[in-house]
Amino acid sequence: MSSSSSIVAMKKVVQQLRYEASINRVKVSQAAAELQQFCMNNATQDPLLTGMSSSTNPFRPQKVCSFL
Amino acid sequence: MCDQTFMAATFGPCDSCGKASPLMNIYIKSEAINYCSFCVEMMACQQLQKGETLQSLKKESDSLKKKLEEERGKLNDVELHQVAEKVEVLSSLSIKTRRVLKGHGNKVLCVDWCKDKRRLVSSSQDGKAIVWDAFTLNKEHGVTLPCTWVMACAYAPSGCAVACGGLDNKCSVVPLSLDKNENLAAKKKSVAMHTNYVSGCTFTNSDMQLLTSSGDGTCALWDVESGQLLQSFHGHTADVLSLDLAPSETGNTFVSGGCDMKANVWDMRSGQNIQSFESHESDINCVRYYPSGDAFASASDDATCRFYDLRADREVAVYQKDSVIFGASSVDFSLSGRLLFAGYNDYTINVWDVLKGTRVSILFGHENRVSRVRVSPDGTALCSASWDNTLRIWA
Repeated sequence: MSSSSSIVAMKKVVQQLRYEASINRVKVSQAAAELQQFCMNNATQDPLLTGMSSSTNPFRPQKVCSFL
Repeated sequence: MCDQTFMAATFGPCDSCGKASPLMNIYIKSEAINYCSFCVEMMACQQLQKGETLQSLKKESDSLKKKLEEERGKLNDVELHQVAEKVEVLSSLSIKTRRVLKGHGNKVLCVDWCKDKRRLVSSSQDGKAIVWDAFTLNKEHGVTLPCTWVMACAYAPSGCAVACGGLDNKCSVVPLSLDKNENLAAKKKSVAMHTNYVSGCTFTNSDMQLLTSSGDGTCALWDVESGQLLQSFHGHTADVLSLDLAPSETGNTFVSGGCDMKANVWDMRSGQNIQSFESHESDINCVRYYPSGDAFASASDDATCRFYDLRADREVAVYQKDSVIFGASSVDFSLSGRLLFAGYNDYTINVWDVLKGTRVSILFGHENRVSRVRVSPDGTALCSASWDNTLRIWA
């Protein structure tokens, strides 16, 4: 019966919404501060951000060494 | 539907539907209920609580949705880019193409890095998956699959196998052998079976479990050895196009995004949808976790990439520009999470400053749509796969 299946579907939607409404949330200012902190803490280890010299980065072309 | 014959002590309007009919006088938890026999049947069959009807459920869902929005709105005290005003502006990046991997016969649809930071697996519309050594450009393995449009591929954490899937509705795991003469396709094992195309796959923390997303609207967790379905995740109302596993060692959540414009976060053990985010205006093509696991970004056909924080339970940044009008197909974060690389259908990759919301750089080079961008596990390079049949390594 279509009305009973839509009732069942609506029940699921309502249950899901009740669950979502009950979770603990944090203020954006605090969450943003933590995201920023993570970035700053790891910025020095980020090769794409800080750039790497040719000698350490395996993908950068190395100077060709020739036999003398 | 025939009513049972019963002795009706009263006749009058039913408490539930309001129609005048013979009423069954029953007691639920010592509370007298006067429903007509039809409503009693409905209540028994559908386990509705007293007083629940389709209308009341609809009203409740609407009011809950409003309440959710209010709760989320209350916490929006400041924007991410305002918090990041004091952060130094990024100097220009010197990222250029360092390698071009040629070898696929058709559009390259997906790429994944191996944990050893030098190997990659890529899959293509021509039905082939190739394992490359990115340092030497050597093609180490090639697997031919029986279907075209292999949309998803993933490297196993051990580096000993790859998984690929696509239009064949399956995801297969192929063990990689060092013996060059061995026919890899013969050892291929079908693990995942969906009822529509497989759009994304990833191994969980071990080689033993595989997580897949599919055009049939579900995600599923499979045991690789037995092919058994361990958990399925229902909640999307349209094709699921992408998924990403949370980065922590003990993590058991993942995020998925799909054509219903929603991004959902799931608990892998229970199958429960924990959080849902709906702010995109078109299909979400790709979702990717922030390196700390507390946030994720999404790329969509509406030409924007958005950043969602899981603890604040809302969108905290939108990466868009009036000059960017083509859909974004893929995103990935740099190691520190400061940069967001996004591949677009206008053949470019835009590099966004995650905190400030501004575009730092544009990477040109591909001659057709960029289908996937992936940062290597140690953050030294970015690999992009494109419909121009090539992959590019940028560093």
